[in-house]
Amino acid sequence: MDASSASIGSVFLLIIAGAIRVGTPFLFVSLGEMLTEKSGRINLGLEANLVMGAMAGYALSLHSGNPWVGVLCAGMTGIVLSGLHTALCSLKGVNDIAVGIAIMIFGVGLAFFLGKPYIQPSAPMLPSIDFGWWIDTKEVRTALQINPLFLVGLLLLPLLTWALQNTRWGLMIRLAGENAEAATAMGYSVRRIRALSTMAGGFLAGVGGAFLSLFYPGSWNEGLSSGQGLMAVALVIFARWKPVNCFYAAMLFGGAGALAPALQAVGITWGYYLFNAAPYVLTLVIMAVTCSPQRSLAGMPAQLGERR
Amino acid sequence: MSQDSVLISAPVATENAERGAAESALNWLERLIIPVGAILIGFAIFAVFLLIVTDAKPLAVFESIYRAGFGSWFSVQKTLIRAAPLLLTALCVAIPAQLGLIIIGAEGALVMGGLAAAVTGFQLNGAGPMFVIFAMALAGMSAGGFWIAISGALKHYRGVNETISSLLLTYIAIALLNHAVSGPLRDPESLNKPATPPIGDINMLGNLPGMNVHAGLLFGIIACMIAAFMIYRTVPGFAMRVIGGNVRAAQLAGLAVGQITLAACFCAGAAAGLAGMVEVAAVQGSASAAINAGYGYTGILIAFIARQNPIAVIPAALLLAGIGAASGLLQRSHGLPDATVLVIQGIIFLTILASETLYGRRRTST
Repeated sequence: MDASSASIGSVFLLIIAGAIRVGTPFLFVSLGEMLTEKSGRINLGLEANLVMGAMAGYALSLHSGNPWVGVLCAGMTGIVLSGLHTALCSLKGVNDIAVGIAIMIFGVGLAFFLGKPYIQPSAPMLPSIDFGWWIDTKEVRTALQINPLFLVGLLLLPLLTWALQNTRWGLMIRLAGENAEAATAMGYSVRRIRALSTMAGGFLAGVGGAFLSLFYPGSWNEGLSSGQGLMAVALVIFARWKPVNCFYAAMLFGGAGALAPALQAVGITWGYYLFNAAPYVLTLVIMAVTCSPQRSLAGMPAQLGERR
Repeated sequence: MSQDSVLISAPVATENAERGAAESALNWLERLIIPVGAILIGFAIFAVFLLIVTDAKPLAVFESIYRAGFGSWFSVQKTLIRAAPLLLTALCVAIPAQLGLIIIGAEGALVMGGLAAAVTGFQLNGAGPMFVIFAMALAGMSAGGFWIAISGALKHYRGVNETISSLLLTYIAIALLNHAVSGPLRDPESLNKPATPPIGDINMLGNLPGMNVHAGLLFGIIACMIAAFMIYRTVPGFAMRVIGGNVRAAQLAGLAVGQITLAACFCAGAAAGLAGMVEVAAVQGSASAAINAGYGYTGILIAFIARQNPIAVIPAALLLAGIGAASGLLQRSHGLPDATVLVIQGIIFLTILASETLYGRRRTST
């Protein structure tokens, strides 16, 4: 009785701590997707940014010896991939959903191709801040090693909220997403606003990828990301296109992703693969509950609705 | 006045007919030249990529791809074996595309179909090969069809984006497969490569007469032909295309959009599920992680190259199967990583999409 309640307690703690580790890339990708969608375009290719970011971050960290160089470079590859997305979307008669799928296949393939030599060597990892000094359990303590990138993500929340609400740039992005014709009439180039938003979003997603390879799980291999980039699109719907909600959604999905490792850590090995699928099932259930075929969603940029 | 119009109408009519014929020939040519050109440009970009990133010589690499994919009867047979599941997974994308749905979950339907077929196969082992093969095909198609129908139902009843839901379902399917072969359905004799118990050699799908290619290829080609007939020559197919053109108009016209959506998604998934059955019954002999080999993702590209036309899927699938067959040779002779094929596919996907913008330009310019 005692033992089982103790293990339930530590599973709970492990999930909460794991939510932060697993959820941080979700946070960056969903913020990136949110920024893109605010300008009225959907980018389904952020999975590629994540995987390419992970690969480039790892490689550059290895070559330069400084993991932060890797993070920056990961963001840069994100800009390049999203720039490609933008360039293709700006062609007349090209569907942005299809472009996203193509970018996803291209970027993931490219990352595997270029990343082949980096599977073996170990690159310098990102440092972490120890928040778990007061806990004795070893697993929980390692799980509470908080990464500075998570704190950067936290800082981005009020920053993005404020910038979208109160700055000229924020207004332009929202205008392009809500009413492209009005934006054009006011003399703004909708195409340029969307291009810049997409690329800024791509940068964030690339940084999220660097977190994967440089902190948790903390290595580069071909199974590093499986759909987190795509789930970000669902996350943003769930978050109603609000930065702060992106954080809650990311933590929820991170917690779901931490379920299988947490159970494994306390010795429950049955159904490891099934529990691994928890984030996907959760995403489907949440989308089924929050979406509706009749009305458009609260908070959705109006120009997105026309494309779906 | 009326006499005049009668007098001039005959030559005008023939002229119009001639112009119409010329127009349709030009349209046909446009639909052939644009994708072929896009693929060639894709190869050119890949050549530049090789020159920048690797020491490999592009021309030698292309020669290897040709040799491994199409160079001899032996390699053609290898390509045909690879083409069999690709034809079916491409249909999984092309059929819902008629309704305007972009489904990318063929890999998941393939996995579910393969798992269901494997379970059926080893459960019924001993009941007569013809019966077992038939039951496996039925089980695979039902499981795959059910899987994609979930996406269709979520789209129709809940407005959930089908592209996302179908890919999430793929990850869930892979998790189910991994769970099944690591625990409840594991063959104790499969030690380092966990798999379901074998379906039995007697129940394996045989080869086509005169070649070393299994009957799955025939399944694929027949499925493409049935799909094309259904889409372009029947009332339900017409209804699908009406929905794809404008959902609101289809609803106002009284079409049962929900039923048609579900049925189309079921057929699409059934095609991919059959691909899974073919992989199990003709190649692997059991379900394991090996059936999750990326045929579903390549199928997406094939459907887009074919512009969602089931007949055009056949040559596109052959091309991509040939490129896929070259993977081993590219690793051995040129030292290129196995992801080379993925890079080629990704580049071709991008050039194919970019070429979409060229359609109809000719008409507006003349």
